[in-house]
Amino acid sequence: MQLRTPVSAAALAAMSAFALAACVPNSTDDAKAIAVSATDTECKVATASAPAGVVTFTVTNDGKDVTEFEIVADDKLRIISEVENLGPGITRDLVVRVPEGSYYATCKPGMVGDGVATAFTVTASESTAAPDADREELLTTASEQYILYVRNEVQTLVQMTDDFVAAYEAGDYDKARSIYADARVHWERIEPVAESFGDLDPMTDAREADVAEGDEWTGWHAIEKNLWPPAEGFDLTADEQKALAEGLKTNIATLSSEVNADDFTLDASQIGNGAQGLLDEVASSKVTGEEETWSHTDLWDFQANVDGAYVAFAVLRDVVNESDPELVKTLDTRFEDLNALLAKYGSLDDGFVLYTELTPDQVKELSDSVNALSEPLSQLTAAAVS
Amino acid sequence: MSQPTTQPDAEETPAPKGPSRRAVLGVSAGVVGAAAIAGAGGFAAGRATASTLDLKSYAFRGEHQSGIVTAQQDRLHFAAFDLTTSSRDDVIALLKAWTEAAERLMAGGELGSGAVGGSYVAPPDDTGEALGLPASGLTITFGFGPGLFEKDGVDRFGLASRRPEQLIDLPHFGGDILDPTFVGGDLCIQACADDPQVAVHAIRNLSRIAFGTAAIRWTQLGFGRTSSTTTTQTTPRNLMGFKDGTRNLRAEETSEIDRFVWADAGDGQAWMATGSYLVARRIRIRAEIWDRTSLSEQEASIGRTKGSGAPLSGGNEFTEPDFSREGGDGEPLIPTDSHVTLAHPDTNNGQRMLRRGYNFTDGADSLGRLDAGLFFLAYVRDPRTQFVPVQNQLSKSDALTLEYLQTTGSALFAVPGGIGAGEYVGQALFS
Repeated sequence: MQLRTPVSAAALAAMSAFALAACVPNSTDDAKAIAVSATDTECKVATASAPAGVVTFTVTNDGKDVTEFEIVADDKLRIISEVENLGPGITRDLVVRVPEGSYYATCKPGMVGDGVATAFTVTASESTAAPDADREELLTTASEQYILYVRNEVQTLVQMTDDFVAAYEAGDYDKARSIYADARVHWERIEPVAESFGDLDPMTDAREADVAEGDEWTGWHAIEKNLWPPAEGFDLTADEQKALAEGLKTNIATLSSEVNADDFTLDASQIGNGAQGLLDEVASSKVTGEEETWSHTDLWDFQANVDGAYVAFAVLRDVVNESDPELVKTLDTRFEDLNALLAKYGSLDDGFVLYTELTPDQVKELSDSVNALSEPLSQLTAAAVS
Repeated sequence: MSQPTTQPDAEETPAPKGPSRRAVLGVSAGVVGAAAIAGAGGFAAGRATASTLDLKSYAFRGEHQSGIVTAQQDRLHFAAFDLTTSSRDDVIALLKAWTEAAERLMAGGELGSGAVGGSYVAPPDDTGEALGLPASGLTITFGFGPGLFEKDGVDRFGLASRRPEQLIDLPHFGGDILDPTFVGGDLCIQACADDPQVAVHAIRNLSRIAFGTAAIRWTQLGFGRTSSTTTTQTTPRNLMGFKDGTRNLRAEETSEIDRFVWADAGDGQAWMATGSYLVARRIRIRAEIWDRTSLSEQEASIGRTKGSGAPLSGGNEFTEPDFSREGGDGEPLIPTDSHVTLAHPDTNNGQRMLRRGYNFTDGADSLGRLDAGLFFLAYVRDPRTQFVPVQNQLSKSDALTLEYLQTTGSALFAVPGGIGAGEYVGQALFS
């Protein structure tokens, strides 16, 4: 049986009903870059003021230590934007939208302490800088919604994994096989999050080919090979089966405690890059049919990856709509196209055809559709954070 | 004696001379390098000397598309695309974007905000492998396959009535063993340059622009030209070790070029005026067998000497073959089933074509046999009279084709005419 996800993507998208101000031009044409020279003792900013709007600082580390450059609000606490980890001799641009007001340009040699701060004034101008507060509110909302989504998916994942493991340990292999793909959906939807917790991802989701000679292979796919053995067989002792099953259960429980921790955060960059990561997953292993070597349930994973990417896009929609409304339109269309193509082969509710049933032409068509979505999706993070 | 041809050494990246990519960023008019002059025929003809090749840049806009009568560069990256959209507007938008990008690339510029000039958290607009490299004589040539006009009986973009009758579905030629991987395509791009990295960079970035509208169907890398398109170029050798393209059409033969290469409004479809038709054939050479063939048999198959390239009837490379001249045994000196005999205009109703092919090698097959040969490209005004009969004759009787060649890929494209300021490639078709 298929557990419903408590919060659908569509509901999520509808949750954020902010009345948006007029679109902000995302152009730096009229903005001259302001040169900043950060040394081990000084923070030399070429000019002390700039008109409101998009301001570009070209920061060069002219010191010997690693440095950081920040634009800080006049309370000296709130960081508007920053570039970090500038090695000696490295130059990097900081592009920031700033409304009229007083700020501090701060260099932090060694990246610790208060650093060297110089006053920086942003004067009134024709350009409408993004209302900072609104934008931050949108980003905060996006982050809260995505965390909610992740926690819901993990909650379902824990329940279904427990059911799967129970059936497998009890020797009810038919039942285990019937749960396998549906359970993995909730893992695949949020996989980039799991990847952020050390070895959790390889311990849970490594394919046989990923494991180096002599290393232990654990997780979903080892059990998959046992449930759908190849012609030459893949027999495990009861103890081996139990170890795999309990290990999977433990690792999923760990994932649950990590995402439910009070200090678990995801910012817009992580959400945007996560969406890209999900599509990269599809392009590198799902579309080739390499993920589910024995069960051939790749299309479940494929749909789940697309779902997770869609939700990431949906929670960032309002933010991106301000900076790049065309991108939102394109992504809407491309997600729709890919989902329609996947729908030709089934659904998560009713099941999909096995990946081995697809013709090479059908696989190429899916691959083209993934590329069509991935290319504009790679712009999502930048559109959300700049 | 075999004369090695003089080629610029593209294995070593030359110190960039001339305009850097940054300096020409955003230049919209074609930059014409020091070695090139804009000819009255709308193409820039340059002195093809190794020392100036790197500096050359050609204009994308002109009477004809570049990359046809342009002095043939040494390297090729060719790509055929399938349209993945059903929207005519998408196709037009792609052609506009490609036009802008091609113009920048040919001028040696970067795309968009460049390889390192954009947002730190976004993927760069330009992939960057051509940073610091000069334009390297890059030409980018666009073509339209039959599928743009009609696919599986469907008029996808309302263009079926504008399909030129010259743009046929190529027939099956005897002996072809086509690998579907290398057949057909709705669109094509031919990128030629004197530096392979520049040609590869062009295709890679143009295909990125196409995602969502068109997807690569197949590509072919060519590493050495197998013909000359101007009288100033030396004749190169193909992978059979023979000089190739001795009697090719040359840019300087303007009246012949007008007759055999450029389409005319009176040919049927007015939008094709100043355009041409591109035949692409991936011809694999059975190299191991050829290499076990005696020199006399090799020369008899071709009809020329391997060293100088002179016809077997005598003279030097550029002496006209004398097909009637007999040897002591009463047989023609140039065998009647030789490649030269059967491909010559005299045995093909005077038909000629502008060949622009390249050597290729794509690794080896599972039996360890080289997958190598000649990627045949030819520009003609009408494939029905200038290519199909010639190929049929070769497929039926040519000793070389029958014994040592195997065509694995085949495609035909309509190459639209040149464009002026403010226009996009193929605009006449969509107007």
